[in-house]
Amino acid sequence: MWLKFEQRPEPSKTMSYLSPLLAVALMFLSGLILFLVLGKSPLEGFKVFFLNPIKDSYGIAELFLKATPLMLCAVGLSVGFKANVWNIGAEGQLLIGALVGGGLALHFEGSTSPFLLPGMIVAGALGGMAWAAIPAFLRTRFNANEILTSLMLVYIAELLVSWLVHGPWKDPDGFNFPQTKLLSAKATLPILVEGTRVNAALLLGIGALLVGWIFMNKSFMGYQMKVAGQAEHAGRYAGFSAKRSVWIGMLAGGAMAGIAGISEVSGPIGQITEHISPGYGFAAMIVAFVGRLSPIGIFFSSLLMALLYMGGEQAQQYLNLPSSISKVFQGMLLFFLLGSDVFINFRLRLVRRRK
Amino acid sequence: MGLNFISSILFATVVAGTPLIIVALGELVTEKAGVLNLGAEGTMSVGAVAAFAVAHHTGNPFLGILAGMGAGIFMSLLFGISALTLMANQVASGLALSIFGVGLSAFIGKPYESVALASVEPIRIPLLHKIPVFGPALFEQQGLVYFSWVLIVLVAWFLYRTKAGLVLRAVGESPVSAHSIGYGVVKIRYQAVLFGGAMAGIGGAFMSVFYTPMWVEGMVAGRGWIALSLVVFATWRPARVMIGAYLFGGCMIAQMFVQGSGVRISIPAQFLSAMPYAATVLVLVLISRNRSTIRLNSPASLGQTFLPDA
Repeated sequence: MWLKFEQRPEPSKTMSYLSPLLAVALMFLSGLILFLVLGKSPLEGFKVFFLNPIKDSYGIAELFLKATPLMLCAVGLSVGFKANVWNIGAEGQLLIGALVGGGLALHFEGSTSPFLLPGMIVAGALGGMAWAAIPAFLRTRFNANEILTSLMLVYIAELLVSWLVHGPWKDPDGFNFPQTKLLSAKATLPILVEGTRVNAALLLGIGALLVGWIFMNKSFMGYQMKVAGQAEHAGRYAGFSAKRSVWIGMLAGGAMAGIAGISEVSGPIGQITEHISPGYGFAAMIVAFVGRLSPIGIFFSSLLMALLYMGGEQAQQYLNLPSSISKVFQGMLLFFLLGSDVFINFRLRLVRRRK
Repeated sequence: MGLNFISSILFATVVAGTPLIIVALGELVTEKAGVLNLGAEGTMSVGAVAAFAVAHHTGNPFLGILAGMGAGIFMSLLFGISALTLMANQVASGLALSIFGVGLSAFIGKPYESVALASVEPIRIPLLHKIPVFGPALFEQQGLVYFSWVLIVLVAWFLYRTKAGLVLRAVGESPVSAHSIGYGVVKIRYQAVLFGGAMAGIGGAFMSVFYTPMWVEGMVAGRGWIALSLVVFATWRPARVMIGAYLFGGCMIAQMFVQGSGVRISIPAQFLSAMPYAATVLVLVLISRNRSTIRLNSPASLGQTFLPDA
């Protein structure tokens, strides 16, 4: 007897919703095994990693705080991913958004204009878009693979941040720490819930999810993007421009990542440092996939991903494990999702093995 | 600029290019079978940390290389299960492997971050290593440097002079035809993927055990991605991988050039560190702008999932 994949007559809708849940379940299960292998009590490990972070209202607020940049980046990326535009450089676009938006605040230091904060956010979006425009241009004009170029630009963005905070933008009164001055209150996003760090960026995130939903489901351009992704030839036959898909996909990802970057700088961090993002731009790709590239799904998967980040911090504190365990879980989650997705197009059948 | 300076530049270029050659050749074979594995960065990272740990505990750098290779095979097996057995999108599977591998290496490697490894004596080829200027670069190197040269010849010979190589290329060009005349497409692709993983693991081992020799989180620093770009640069031809690898190796030691050349303009260190990444983008543009070069040389089924029964 042997198990064999048999193609379904048509993709299963049910499985496409069940698959992320299956992946999460598998991730929990392998988490238990991982803690066991590491010589920790699996139940204790599970509790510390997945439950401790959200055991009180402050924890839940932190969950939303950390989910915000993830949902912003993921909803932007999902637009491109739908059309098979592989922007994997959101991390770099996030950093440039943070630099441009934060730079604006530093330039107009002391300004009390009500336009400062909105200006910073627009600048952040433009910064992210500009960084994403490079791979889009190189792809549409020179046919250069956007996967590799967008990723290379992440490293360059990191080095640019490093240069600025070590050099020209370093706070002269900062005891030589590689960081800029703190942003003023007028350049800081207002707190939404007193006593927590949740700020107006969450509203931007939710707004982005709404806009993303309308764009993908109600606009003709969104429809074109979907067709281009699912049936390239049909899209071309219908006269949909592949180049425009690349531009829209890249710029949407860049704009949202840029907003995520400036929201971190003018939110919880309050200045530009070398540690603006713990890999949100990369984790957001997983968020987008686990959320099935749909805004509603992305909302929930960004919360899950935020939980994984917080779990890593808890594991470091209480289980004496490196916080990079978060990234192990993130990677596993994506693998399990890709694996579970086989059931969307295939079903398992028991067959007698032929001699 | 003295001859000694040129000699040390050549030496450092060869050393910096070596992991790129090994990893890129592994990926080249994988891609020739029609599989795009974007996981080289993660595979190298895990290979590097596994090799470092084993070399540290056993004191034997050779066992370190084997461990790196084993870790690389393990990592690429994960990719194979996802992209070949479960027929998931290759790009997404490769990204998953890179994210997972970089995270896993940071996790495993934490205890080793403050550990130093004794540097390994190079293998000196008698007499030849005394040749002025070129001697040290070519004949006074680590074993893996010589291995990288042998590998170029072996890969080229395998792909273009053996039947198995022909079959592998056929699988990459037209999996459906290869399948219909009875070749196991998935099996051959698995072999190619595992070979690529083994090479990426060895490349990582070279980084942590011989090159630096130490382990720091993120030390692979994009070399896996650069190796992927190198395959495009080489238009899928083994010999050209070497040229590209040394070009990038030269970029990576740009710092040395500036310090040694006596130029007194102060260039921020970050700008020099950004050079290999910028060069990668530039090279991708120069090669890809000619669409027919890419179309003629890249394996026709690259990146496409093969459905055995479809």
